Amino acid sequence: MTVQLDAPRAPVSGGPRQRHLPGEEGLWVFILGDLLMFGVFFGVLVVSRAKDVVVFAEAQAHLHVELGLLNTVFLLTGSWFVARGMQALKARSPRRTAWFVAALGTALAFATVKVLEYSLLISEGQTPADNDFFMYYFVFTGIHLAHLVIGAVFLTILVTIARRPQLTKGRFRLAECGAVYWHMVDMLWLVLFPLLYVVR
Amino acid sequence: MSRIDLLFVSLVAATVLTWLVGVESSASHTVAGVAVLAIGFIKLRLVGIHFMELGNAPVVLRSIFEAYAAVAFLVLTVLYIGV
Repeated sequence: MTVQLDAPRAPVSGGPRQRHLPGEEGLWVFILGDLLMFGVFFGVLVVSRAKDVVVFAEAQAHLHVELGLLNTVFLLTGSWFVARGMQALKARSPRRTAWFVAALGTALAFATVKVLEYSLLISEGQTPADNDFFMYYFVFTGIHLAHLVIGAVFLTILVTIARRPQLTKGRFRLAECGAVYWHMVDMLWLVLFPLLYVVR
Repeated sequence: MSRIDLLFVSLVAATVLTWLVGVESSASHTVAGVAVLAIGFIKLRLVGIHFMELGNAPVVLRSIFEAYAAVAFLVLTVLYIGV
């Protein structure tokens, strides 16, 4: 049996705004913790750069900025697909599964480009042992890539939920968790990309 | 075009702006760096508020997120310009 969803509703004119927690409380504890952890990573990058500006600038020049830019567009597109997918899921649109499959495609595209980028850098002689910049580059982007892989698992779950003919409250809540997690993967990259590739 | 579609187009445009300001422009590294950081955190906030639907989340959660975005940007900017 399909149950009524606890989805956000438009505020009634003059009435209090209906607020809604997307996903589960426990997931938000994890997400806020992750945001804090990456906040520390961002700070470490900026402070380390200030200590050795020349080494960082020389090392950064070896990065393939166009690949980082391409990956940013992949993640933004993935987030857009997931947002549209959640709208379609709530509306029980027949296109709901396609949005999440497309988002999964952007995850695969990001991972492919990232592996290609690692291969290019290593073949050009840039390794984590070279200097602090590349050590941070490989560690932080590697941790982010691990988050992306987990995000891809969530996207697979979203595809499975979307394919089901009925949407229960529990499944919708799980879908929200997957969507929120995926958007977090996007958000982290939106700051990691400029810090690693662009800020000089 | 829906609000979500418009947001996506804006985020991609902001990414292109990051490239233009940070890589192609002749602005000083410090000015360009702060501008690029600001664009990054504005994008982060937009994804959180609209895609994550934090704009309609309980006030406490939304406030924590807004505070995170603002404080992280300010701290990183101060560390970057070396005040």
